Amino acid sequence: MYEHNKAKEETELFLNNYFRVIKAEEIPTKQIPEIKSSPLHYRYFIEIVDNKKTGSLSLLTEEDYVVNRVVYINKNIEGAFVVSSGKNFGAFKGVGFPEDISKFFMLENYKAYAWTAHNRFPTNTPGWWGGAHPFTLLDFSIVHNGELSSYGINKRYVEMFGYECTMLTDTEVVAYLVDLLVRKHGLPFKTVCDIFSPPTWDVIQNMEDIKLKEYYKTLRIVYGSALLNGPFAFIIGFNGGLIGLSDRIKLRPLVVVESGNTVYLSSEESSVLEVCDKIDRVYHPEAGEPVFIFYNDYKGE
Amino acid sequence: MNSITIDALNLYYRELNFKIKEAVRKEGIKKVIIKNARGQRFIGTGLKEKDVEIIIESGVPGNDLAMFMDGPTVKVFGNAQDGVGNTMNNGKVFIHGDAGDVICYGMRNGKIFIKGNVGYRVGIHMKEYKDMIPSIVVGGKAGDFFGEYMAGGIGVVLGLNNDDKPIVGRYCATGMHGGVIYIRTEKVPTYLGKEVKVFELNESDKEKLKSLIEEFCQEFKEYKAEDILKSRFIKLIPVSKRPYGRLYSPGNHFPLPEENYFSNKKIDIEKKYY
Repeated sequence: MYEHNKAKEETELFLNNYFRVIKAEEIPTKQIPEIKSSPLHYRYFIEIVDNKKTGSLSLLTEEDYVVNRVVYINKNIEGAFVVSSGKNFGAFKGVGFPEDISKFFMLENYKAYAWTAHNRFPTNTPGWWGGAHPFTLLDFSIVHNGELSSYGINKRYVEMFGYECTMLTDTEVVAYLVDLLVRKHGLPFKTVCDIFSPPTWDVIQNMEDIKLKEYYKTLRIVYGSALLNGPFAFIIGFNGGLIGLSDRIKLRPLVVVESGNTVYLSSEESSVLEVCDKIDRVYHPEAGEPVFIFYNDYKGE
Repeated sequence: MNSITIDALNLYYRELNFKIKEAVRKEGIKKVIIKNARGQRFIGTGLKEKDVEIIIESGVPGNDLAMFMDGPTVKVFGNAQDGVGNTMNNGKVFIHGDAGDVICYGMRNGKIFIKGNVGYRVGIHMKEYKDMIPSIVVGGKAGDFFGEYMAGGIGVVLGLNNDDKPIVGRYCATGMHGGVIYIRTEKVPTYLGKEVKVFELNESDKEKLKSLIEEFCQEFKEYKAEDILKSRFIKLIPVSKRPYGRLYSPGNHFPLPEENYFSNKKIDIEKKYY
């Protein structure tokens, strides 16, 4: 996403320097009267060339290489922002009503196994095109209802690992935390959810299962800075499915609706009715109870 | 009986609520049937007409159902969302399904009956004044913080369904300083609020409970009042009317030092260092 042409020129120069660009094109959009002004949207299909000049891949994984460049663009190229950097994965952000943004990006032309949608009402931080949900990094995306009181702690924590918060919204930090904990630290999603929404200390203290008690104690001590405080319910999207999680005292609602082979996660049951005729089962997860929806062929944990 | 049916599909919440109010106030309609509710907020808000019935036949009504309502009866044939009966002043609500979080927040009078489970913080800050005593009866289980900061009224949890959850979640009755909670259980819930004590039911409790459960079973016909009343209940009532009084009034919590305490100290420090 470019705010002006100069940002595009600079970014393309940067991309050509560090990647082999296989295809570059403007993201198709439709001009509609409801969307008065918009930044420029381009997408690039790229390949990493192992080349001494561009920073050797032997020291970095492919993913780290991409993350470093994404962070660089967001931080250093004025007016340029990476909205999506994954494989088989896309994100569409905008300022406007959801139905208008969907028309603007012509979403009817896309097909996917999983979709997340989000309508933000900016309260504490500016409403701008980059500040719309989802926030993404590589194959992780996040949409979030609520706010993170622990943003400052979480931000400082991810910054120690080279991430930069540039989108002016608290939710962004969760995308980086997921990338850090899942991809770099190799933790299973269940453990990541236990880090984000752990039981309170008094509950841990009264746990009878010694192993479980030690497990939570360890997580809270080692990953205390990754604990998410404040009201939240969010959906993490990744290449194996979707994960829903609410805060540990359920200050935001989250409901799971099953209909045949499809699973819906939402803040309100009524919103699922809007898109689904036949509801088989409605489930209200408990506070901090993660909901995992994996594709049938997903092998991970 | 004069009734009207409104199809709420694609209706914005303001439009729907305007239609309901027009029907009740201008046309004198006594029974409003809503089909295909799609999360419209504030249905029944502020209506004062005692003999009016609002029936949500299909779909899911939105948050703050029956908020500030002052008389009518609302029936939902399905699930309800969060904030049902928010600051409700009078009337009745029947939910033939589950309901979400923060049900009957700050409720002042009237009755809410829910057949299924409820979420977190149900009954928070319910209050009572003279003969205005609100009550809520939950047929299923309740989440954490049931009856939190309750200042009055009656909360009943029956736990009639067979899922493996505890009948009420953690921190039930935390900060409670008025009213009473009846729970159909043999054992005391864990993490009970420090402000309450557990008692056996006396005759007047049993009478109150009986009339509420009979009304519950009249609407939700698969349950029999006499069966439910055979079970053991426990009663929670607060031990103090003002559990936080000492916390917020000056001079009571930590005794504030005398004015000259600081000045004396200052002099001491100064002596020491200069």
